[in-house]
Amino acid sequence: MTSRVLDVKNLHAGYGPIAVLHGLDFHVSEGEIVVILGANGAGKTTTLRAVSGMIERTGSIELRGNSIAATKAPDIVRAGVAHVPQGRGTLPELSVEDNLRVGAYIRNDNEVNADIDQWFEVYPVLGQRRDQRAGSLSGGEQQMLAVARALMSRPSLLLLDEPSLGLAPIIVSELFARFAEINRDLGTTMLVVEQNAQLALGIADRGYVIESGEMFAEGPADQLINDDSIRRAYLGV
Amino acid sequence: MDLFLQRIFDGLSNGATYALLAMALVMIFKATTLINFAQGEFAMFGGFIVLVLATEQGIPMWGAVVLGMLISAVLAAVIERTLIRPFDPADHLPLVIITLGLFLAINAIAGIVWRFDPRAFPELFPSGKAFNIAGATLSWYTIFTLITILVVAGGLTLLLNKTKIGLAFRAVSSNLESSELAGIKVGPTLQFGWAIAAAVGTLGVAVFVASPFRQLEPQVMVTGLIFAVSAAALGGLDSLGGAILGGLAIGLVQSIAVPYLGVPTELSLLAAVVVLLLVLLFKPSGLFGTPQVERV
Repeated sequence: MTSRVLDVKNLHAGYGPIAVLHGLDFHVSEGEIVVILGANGAGKTTTLRAVSGMIERTGSIELRGNSIAATKAPDIVRAGVAHVPQGRGTLPELSVEDNLRVGAYIRNDNEVNADIDQWFEVYPVLGQRRDQRAGSLSGGEQQMLAVARALMSRPSLLLLDEPSLGLAPIIVSELFARFAEINRDLGTTMLVVEQNAQLALGIADRGYVIESGEMFAEGPADQLINDDSIRRAYLGV
Repeated sequence: MDLFLQRIFDGLSNGATYALLAMALVMIFKATTLINFAQGEFAMFGGFIVLVLATEQGIPMWGAVVLGMLISAVLAAVIERTLIRPFDPADHLPLVIITLGLFLAINAIAGIVWRFDPRAFPELFPSGKAFNIAGATLSWYTIFTLITILVVAGGLTLLLNKTKIGLAFRAVSSNLESSELAGIKVGPTLQFGWAIAAAVGTLGVAVFVASPFRQLEPQVMVTGLIFAVSAAALGGLDSLGGAILGGLAIGLVQSIAVPYLGVPTELSLLAAVVVLLLVLLFKPSGLFGTPQVERV
């Protein structure tokens, strides 16, 4: 068995009195891309927010064997989890370069500038706009920036919340191709939440399907991709 | 002509104080989009601390100012931790009510401790006139207050743009959730903003009452706050440079427009309120503020 980066058992979470997740079990192994699929309101975003400590949660969440179930969000980042929230989550008033510097906030090494240059090579359009306010970028550029910013913390696990949301299909496929590259080249383990099942399963190793806060199906990506149950979970038929 | 020039000089020296207090307001506003209505009282309280240190403890004047700034920064940090942080930063109404409560409480406490009578404040800058220009006198006081605001603005700009805590502060100002997801601890970062703002405000009051024509009393910043809020709004609320220009502009309006338009001195506060109204009506993001434009 390959080592597990993230191991979640019996995860419960919600907002105030409203319970959204009713005991989820899932895991992500070293170097994997794992996708969580589900319809609107199934609890996908809540799952990621629970893992990264943005909301109250109960259950067992282990990061490389250490429990982070009671850890607060800023310290979970320090433990090696970077979360790209839904709706991109850039810092609109800050320049592109400062956004990347914020991403490296937890680091104390002197390779930050080199890493920034490296991301400007990966995404040249960001390099051209390094002094521009992030809020003035297009949706696709902001998503690139949000991903680059998250990776500036040199995480061992990257959480991506619906990266395709609101973007043109061609931009989305470029974005996902880049995720696969980053996974291959940097070895970054990823947990992706998506509605676009076809696309996400295309780059994923394994997938989970959740419905109403409960695990509905799981399996290798190529198996899920041909599974009727997924279509049912999506289309509700 | 000489009277006109004299009024410009007077306007600039009043405006410099509004600018300092406006910069303090901008620091808090940038981080929380909240106007701290107690900012003027924080500053007044800090002014009394400076006075006590200088006159009762015999500390040299500038040493007393620096120490007073540090003490008021610590006090503001404690207030932030105990009265501000327990509340949801996104829900403004309770926070505004708290700052109004602080306004009244600090004013009353200062009155109890130091009484409400005006007190002479030691001079901070060389006295007398520096230059005579066309019959109007430009005093050293005016020159040094203007230098002070430039130094403060320069210092704050460096702090915000060149330090890690400054970066964190700007990040939290921009997007709270994304900052947390980058590992920034929001509470202590905002606390830093409150502390800096209180220190700048204390300097502002010290400079204000260091004028030979003014004295320190608990009411000293009650109207000053209105001028400072107008100055900050004119400058755009989130721009330090805007706060300076806004402060100077309000000072000039007060000293020039008011006498020439025949507005009674008692109503000079009105000038600030009118400027504030016009800004809110025609250019809500102020002269130098960041307009809320976002591509999605």
